[in-house]
Formats: sequence, structure tokens, C-alpha cells
Amino acid sequence: MTTTTPFRYIGKPIPKADALERVTGTARFGADLKLPGMLHGKVLRSPHPHAYIRRIDASRALALEGVKAVVTAQDLPPLEDARAAFGGELMIDLDHLRRLTIAHEKALFEGHAVAAVAATSPEIAEAALELIQVDYEVLPVVENALDAMKPDAPLLHPNLYTRTLGEKPSKPSNIATIVEVGFGDLEKAWAAADVVVEQSFETQMVHQGYLEPQACVAWVDADGRIHVWTTTQGTFNAQRMLSALLKVPLHMLNVIPAEVGGAFGGKIYVILEPLAILLSRKAGRPVKMVMDRAEVFRATGPASPAYITVKAGAKRDGTLTGLYAKIVMDAGAFPGAPVQGATWCIFAPYKAPAMKVEAYDVVTNKPRVQAYRAPGATAAAFASESTLDMLAERLGLDPLEFRLRNAAQEGDQNVTGQTYGRIGVKAILEAIRKHPHWNTPLQGKNRGRGLAMGAWMGAILTSSSQVVVNVDGTVQIVTGQVDITGTRTSMLQMVADMLQLPLDHISIRVGDTNCTPYTDLSAGSRTTFTQSAALARACQSVIAQMKAQAADALSKPDRRLTPEDIEYADGKFWVKSDPEQVLPWRQVAGLTRTRGTGPIVGTGTVTRLQPANEFSAQLCDVEVDPETGKVKILRFTAFQDAGRVINPIQVEGQMQGGAVQGIGWGLFEYYAWDKGKLRNPTLLDYREPTALDLPMIDTCIVEVPAPDGPLGVRGVGEPPIVPGPAALANAIYRAVGVRLTKLPMTPETVFWAIQEKKQAEHLQAVAGDGA
Amino acid sequence: MRPFEYVAPKRLREAYAILAQADGRTVRPLAGGTDLIDQLRVGRKRADLVMDVKHIPELMRLEWGPRKGLYIGAGVPCYRVYKDPVVAQHYPAIRDGAMLVGSWQIQHRASLGGNICNAAPSADTVPPLLVYEAIAHIGGPRGEREVPLERFFTGPGQTVLAPDEILLGVRVPPPPPRSSSHYLRFIPREEMDIAVAGVASLVALDSRGVVARARIALSAVAPTPVRARDAEAVLEGQRPTPALLVEAGEKAVLATNPITDVRGSIAYRKELVKVLTRRTLSKALADLGITLE
Ligand SMILES: Cc1cc2nc3c(=O)[nH]c(=O)nc-3n(C[C@H](O)[C@H](O)[C@H](O)COP(=O)(O)OP(=O)(O)OC[C@H]3O[C@@H](n4cnc5c(N)ncnc54)[C@H](O)[C@@H]3O)c2cc1C
Repeated sequence: MTTTTPFRYIGKPIPKADALERVTGTARFGADLKLPGMLHGKVLRSPHPHAYIRRIDASRALALEGVKAVVTAQDLPPLEDARAAFGGELMIDLDHLRRLTIAHEKALFEGHAVAAVAATSPEIAEAALELIQVDYEVLPVVENALDAMKPDAPLLHPNLYTRTLGEKPSKPSNIATIVEVGFGDLEKAWAAADVVVEQSFETQMVHQGYLEPQACVAWVDADGRIHVWTTTQGTFNAQRMLSALLKVPLHMLNVIPAEVGGAFGGKIYVILEPLAILLSRKAGRPVKMVMDRAEVFRATGPASPAYITVKAGAKRDGTLTGLYAKIVMDAGAFPGAPVQGATWCIFAPYKAPAMKVEAYDVVTNKPRVQAYRAPGATAAAFASESTLDMLAERLGLDPLEFRLRNAAQEGDQNVTGQTYGRIGVKAILEAIRKHPHWNTPLQGKNRGRGLAMGAWMGAILTSSSQVVVNVDGTVQIVTGQVDITGTRTSMLQMVADMLQLPLDHISIRVGDTNCTPYTDLSAGSRTTFTQSAALARACQSVIAQMKAQAADALSKPDRRLTPEDIEYADGKFWVKSDPEQVLPWRQVAGLTRTRGTGPIVGTGTVTRLQPANEFSAQLCDVEVDPETGKVKILRFTAFQDAGRVINPIQVEGQMQGGAVQGIGWGLFEYYAWDKGKLRNPTLLDYREPTALDLPMIDTCIVEVPAPDGPLGVRGVGEPPIVPGPAALANAIYRAVGVRLTKLPMTPETVFWAIQEKKQAEHLQAVAGDGA
Repeated sequence: MRPFEYVAPKRLREAYAILAQADGRTVRPLAGGTDLIDQLRVGRKRADLVMDVKHIPELMRLEWGPRKGLYIGAGVPCYRVYKDPVVAQHYPAIRDGAMLVGSWQIQHRASLGGNICNAAPSADTVPPLLVYEAIAHIGGPRGEREVPLERFFTGPGQTVLAPDEILLGVRVPPPPPRSSSHYLRFIPREEMDIAVAGVASLVALDSRGVVARARIALSAVAPTPVRARDAEAVLEGQRPTPALLVEAGEKAVLATNPITDVRGSIAYRKELVKVLTRRTLSKALADLGITLE
């Protein structure tokens, strides 16, 4: 849509549509719903990371007063189409989704659901769990991806065969997939390089850390219709998963979205919902299920740990000759690690004549991973951006100039073979070059400055919304697009400008699956980008319909007008050839009621837009206490290409929130394992940074319009998490001379790295004295 | 969480009567509840009866006299302690410890008594009390008694309290002349964390600038908070120098018996004790006009 007038709302810092609700505590989250007669469900979880389930005896639990139903894997309908796959960002096939929902013959991770109970109170349900007798046969634990890949490793799945481009292997394996992509001749690349650096890196399992635990209420009514209130990133996605798991057609299954108290990719799969439905069906009453924090850590979908080796070569002038990476990602108990995201992102900001990535998706006895903000990219960038910094240093080049020299632009190729449209890598690097942060020298002992870039391909999928004109002229956006980041506000701003109406004439409702048109999940930084196009179509349709009404109303007996005779701007319709003949928007809207020519509903839908690739960079200054290893962030600036900013406060909010999570990955967060058992399932010992651990995060937005979509919008949610860990590692290196290759860079790891360096220097000095 | 009964006696006598009539039921005193409620919730502790002690006037006293020293009632929340000008002036380490506990919200509920009775090896208010040689004031239906705080702890989560006894408060003797003290703990975060290691140091100087008294106590590096007597001995009778502080730090490690857990390894904890001992000592000395770092 082309708008003649400059935007009134797009690009403005409009307060969030739901801000008041949120800060006054009236917003309804997953756990807020209460229904008459509602029961409370709890899940019995496997204490063993790997075990056969020989027998489950729930008779004592069922005998407990107040217990109304118990379900196990037996209660799922039989599997038909095992190849159906779901997920949005990280795909999972139906057989695995079933087994993830509730353990069948085997428990595959500590916390794997084994049975569920519904009772009249949460306390009774919990007491009932203790009465369920499960006979386990404990199996050896596959703790990490490297162990899992060994030929003699215990197998998680007897019928998992590695998928490769080659022929089907003869034996099952814990390696689910091997992906190989790239172009050019790497042998030549290394030969042509003056310096080649190769380094291995490791990242840990981390959790999205959303504040709100998973929660839902399910009710199977007397007619067998299923109602599910849940906190999810995609109601239709949830509906399809539930329909396949429970063999219920879509019209019998209504998914009603609650407000989402944080998700970051972690609320895409159904998880409690199928169990709540099965319990409700058995008990004939609504069932509510809410996880506690330990369950959230153990049994939802954290982010994939990774082992990554990067090799990079460059000529003396800094021109890259080749880039190679081997990426091993741990998917947890079922295949589906984010190898695609990691592969696309690892070298995305750069061009080189030869690039290759080899990536492994491996299963272990851990919770099955889910998407976490730019899935795969943060670990990938930690490896590649650290390696490139090492390379720049070896070449004696400035890290910014080195990156600029190799920056990818329109027409260059991603390692996956995608040719870039318009992208913002250079614009970001130029913005850094001009930024006061970059131009202020950093002084003082044990201080260092680090730079790193990040990328995200930008998801697309299918999006739709409806724009409905009420008979008083006000407008309703009706959508199934769950708002997890403030998209209701940005959608309102876009529609107000597209319809050229005041913002307060428009409101938006996120509705359930039975009342809104199909739209894919809110994930992958796709929502505002794809909805900008869907809403543009809906608004075009609305204006066309309104013009037809106006034409009809403005027609004279002697002159029939057609919509083409009508002009529209700023809430007024007029006859092109006779501008005195005007009808206000409100009046045209009212006509539909009395004339029966309404309702005016514009539906917009889009799919397969050209991707709006997203790039970011972060610059940080740190000071390291060499006596304790503690890293203090002194200054932090996040740079990002937003394509076109719809709402600057929201874009900045995403940049700052993403940066905070990146800092969490970098310095604090990790799952501490002891033979497959989680040692820190609490927010005390799983350390997320608090406000006091964080610096002010400055933002600098550049706008290089995306090649597709009506406004040039790019998604902004994912890229800001990506560069942080690498930027911190690069800064720590410059502060104290130690190169950390394993996340998180906790005080203790930094401390021992410094000690090791001191020892090495000492030995060298001693050897030097001896000589 | 399992259901429990709740009582809030207004007098010490009533509290003693409740303890005397427990009749096999587990009675748990509740001050701020910042440990207890969570422990009951996750099932780490059980209670049949929860007895709120915050309405008993004796337990809410915070009193000071130049001869008697300081009395901190067991229910007094941290914020009252660290906002008290007397504490800030005479017992800087006690103020430091109370200020470190939790967040503002937590500090308005959490008491020193609860911190002591919870008996975590990492309790932040304890090392500061130990360097002042505080005394635990205990009471129950069978009478009252006093125990040096250092001997109050018998293991992680274990104290000398009998089931029918409660802590009434702690007596802190007056500070030695020309003295100052500080407490520092190391945590990966800035706030809201459990000490990986903590050190409180007190130094008193004589008129010649020689250390007349040194007291050092450690948290999170042994099954209970401990005094580091070897480090104290190194300092006493000496004129403080940077090298002496380093030596004190090394000697402080002798008092440790740490474990390796998710919060830190044995070796790292020992390194931290060295650093924190030196830093707390030099902070205290700086208060006394001697700058070494
Ligand atoms: C978010 C958070 C942060 C925290 N941060 C810190 C920290 O930084 N440093 C730190 O050391 N601790 C910390 N804690 C732990 C806790 O706040 C402290 O130990 C606090 O001092 C406990 O005091 P309370 O009054 O809340 O004790 P309560 O929870 O009321 O009681 C603690 C224990 O002592 C017993 N008890 C209480 N009063 C008496 C009495 N008079 N006689 C006998 N027994 C009694 C109770 O039965 C219970 O077993 C934190 C806790 C939370 C929740």
C-alpha cells in the first residue's frame, strides 16, 4: 500500500496498548482462569534420565479421596501418520511429539512425564503422585552430544537412523541428521590465506527464563468439544498439534489464548495441554495445570548446547579466503536441534569465496530443546565472532575494519546458498564507526572492549488478520496472532496509518482459533514483518469496500458512481470529479447497517514473502577483577537494522531485552548436570542476571528497508540476543588476555583461565632464565 | 505445601507455653519467614504449628549501651539493623552483613535471628557477629541460657537449640577501642545470591598503630560459619603491612573446609577467602586511617 500522507503513527513511540493492564495486574495470564467445578492436574515425572518403564500402578492414587482421574501414555489414541511434523521453528515429528508429551516404554530425561493426575485440589493431586507406583529399569545415561556420537554409546531410540545426503545407514544411531552446505574450494582457501585460525567452542544448555510457567485449563464439554485456555505463542499451531495427538478434528478443538508472560520460543509446543485434555475427558470436569519452576527447568524446552569448531583464513590485507564450521548440537531426548538456524547464521554477516558448514543434530538424555530467541544463532556467533576476532588480532587489524572489509551485501551468498537481497550489515558497521561509544577510548587496567555481530534469517510462514469496520465507523482488528512482544500496538499503528484514521478509533482483539482466521505462530521475528503485509491487504480491501458504499451513497439518479470515481484520504470519501461531494468515514460505515450492505470485513493473508534478513552488532566494555574473575560490564551498545521502525520504544525494548539474555548466556546461565540429573533447577542457582548486574544498554537503530513487504519492516526480536556472548568474550580477551571458549564465562572460569595464563607466563620466564 | 496451624503469641510466656505443650507436634518459630516459608513449600522442612515470634516485644528489641553493647532481638528485621546509626558507627561489619541479605523486600522481613537459626553455612549476618564475639540468648519453658554464637552452630542447618527453645536475641559486646570491621562476600551476581565465600574482619589498633586485636570469621567455606584463628594470630602484635594482610589471607584458608558444589569449587573458595580477607582487613584499616592498597 502506498500512503500519500506522511505517517502519523508509524515510527512514533506510542505506549503499549496493554500497558495499563500489565502494570495494574489485571492482565489474564495462563494460570489466572478459574472455572466452576475445575480440577487440578499434576504430572508424575521420571526421576531417572534414562529408564525403561516396566509397569505403572495407579490404583492407590485412584483410591485417594478427591482424585478424579489418572492418565498415562495408554490414554493417547494410536499413532497413524508418524511423519506428520510440527513446530514452527524447531520441527518435531508426531511420534516424537507423543513420546515427549508422555513417556511410552522409556523415560528419556529426568522430568519426563510418566503419568498425570487430576484431583479436587493441587495438594491432593500432589499427594496422589506419591501413590503411583512405577517400576523403572534404569539405563545408562547419555550425558552430552559428543558421548552420544561415539559408536558404542547407548542408544536412546532403537529406530533412529541418521539422515544424511548419502544412503541410509545400516545401524541406528544417536545422530539424527547430518547437514552439509557450502560452496567454493576450502583447500584452495587455506592455501591462499596468510593466516588461518582454528578454534573449538562449547556452549551449555540454557533456559529462556520466561517469568510465567506453562499453564492451561482444558475442558471437554458434554458434546465432546474441547476448550483449551493456554499460554502459547501460536494458538493454531497448538490446535494442530492437539488435533494430531488426540485425533480430534479442528472444529471440535478451540484454543483460547491467555496473555503470555514471556516465551522467547519456549511456548510453541503443546506440553501440559494434551494431558489436561485427557484428564478432563476422563473426569468430565475442567482441569487446570500449572508448572512449578523446577518443572519449567526440567521438563520444558531449553536451548540446545553446542560444540562448534570454526576455521577461518584471510590474506594479510584482511580479505577472508574461507570459512568452515563443524557444529554439533544437542537436541535433548528427541531430534530437532536448531542446526538450520546455526548454519544460516554462523557466517551470515560475511562474504568469502569458499564456505562450508557441517552440522549434527544429536540426541541425549536431556529435556528436548525448543526454540530460544534466534535458535542456534547465539552459540554459532559465539564461535564465529570469537574466531574472527582472533584472526583480526593475528593480522594486526582493527576488528571493525576487518569486519567491514568482509561485510556481506546484496547479491552475496549465505553459506546455505541463499543470495541476499538488501541487507544492513555495512550500514550497521558504519553506524558503529560513527558512534561515540566506538570513538571514546577505553582507559584503565583490566579493561577491554569487544565487538561482535549477529544475524537471523527472519521467519515468514503464513499470517492473516481481519479488519472489521463497525457501524459507528470505529475499527476492530480481529486476529489470532498472539501478542508476545507488543505486536498489538504495532498492528494498531500500522492500521491507523493504512486507513488514515485516528489511533483511538481502532482497537485490536487477539481471538481464539474458532473465531479468527488461520495465522501461524508468533515466533522467528516474523510477526510485525508478515502482519505488515497481511494488514496492508486487509486495509486495501476495507477501503475498496468502503469506496463502493460511498459510491453508492453519493450516486445521483442521473449519475451512477463506481468505486473508481471515489477518492479517500484522512477519514473522508469524495467524488474525484466533484470534491465538494464528501462523505465522512463514519457515515459510510453507518450505511452498511441500514442498507444491509455490510458488514465491512477485510481479510488479509500473506505467505512466502521474501525473507527480511536481520543483522545486529554489539559493542561492550568490561572490567575484569583478576583476583576473583568477576566481569563487570561498563558500557554496552546494541546496534541493529530494523528495516523500518514501527515503534521505536518497542524496537529498543527488544534490543535491550535480547542483549540482557545474551549477557545471561555469556556470563551467568547454564544447566549444571550430574549424570543427566539437573543440579540447579531453581532461579537461585540457575543465575539470570538481575537489574544490578546489567549496564544501561544503549541502542542505535539503522533502517535499511527489507526487500519485501509494504513498509520495509524487518523483524527485530531475535538478532539482539546473538552477538552478546562473543562481544563479551572479545572484551574479556582484550581486558586480561585470556580467550574463553566455553560459556558461560563465570567468575570461576575466568579466574582459572587467568591463573593458567599466569602459570604459563611464569614457566616461560623460568625457561627463559634457564637459557 | 502441606497445611499447618499458625499462632502469633503476644507475650514470651505464651510462646513458652506453646512450646511446652507441643506434645510431639513440630513447632516452627517464624520470624520473617523468608527461609521457612520456602522450605515448607518445597518440603524441605515440615511443620504442624508455625509460631510467629514477631509480636513478642522482647524479640523485637534493638538496644545499645556503651557498657552493655548491643542487643539485637531475634525478630528484628535486617533493615532496622542497618539503618540504625549506632550499628553503623560501632559495628560496620554487622551493618554490611544485614545490608547484603536479599533485596529491599527481603530485608524488611528477614531477621538476624532467622538467619542465625536457619544455620546456613553461608549466612551473611553471622561472620560479622562472630568477629564481635556475640552471644546467643536462648529461652524456653525450662529457662534461659547464653551460648557464645561461635558454639551455637553444630552443622549445616543444625544448632544447639532444643525443640522447646527459641532464640531470644544476640548480645554483642561493645567494640574494642580504635577498631573497625567489614564484611564482604563473593557472589557471581551483584545481589540476590548466596555467598560462594564470605569474610568478616575486625581490627583494633593500639596507640602505636600495632594490631591489638584481630578477629576474622568466614562463611560458606565450612559446615558452619567459622573463626580463622591462625589468621588472627598472624596479625595481632604486628604493624599492618600489605605483606602481612596477604599472609593473613593465606592463614585464613587453614580454617576452611569447603565443598565443591554448583556455586564454586573447593579450590576457588579457598582463593576467594584469601582475597576477601585481605580486602576486608584493608577496608577496616582504611577506616582507621591506614591505607595499604
Ligand atoms: C530472595 C531471598 C534472598 C536471600 N538472600 C540472602 C542473603 O543474601 N544472605 C543470607 O544470609 N540469606 C539470604 N536469604 C535467606 C533468608 O532471607 C535469611 O536467612 C533471613 O535472615 C532469614 O530470616 P527470617 O526472619 O526470614 O527467618 P525465618 O524464615 O522466619 O526463619 C528461619 C529459620 O529459623 C527459625 N527461627 C526463626 N526465628 C527463630 C527464633 N527466634 N528462634 C528459633 N528459631 C527461629 C525458623 O523456624 C526457620 O527454621 C535470602 C532469602 C530469600 C528468599
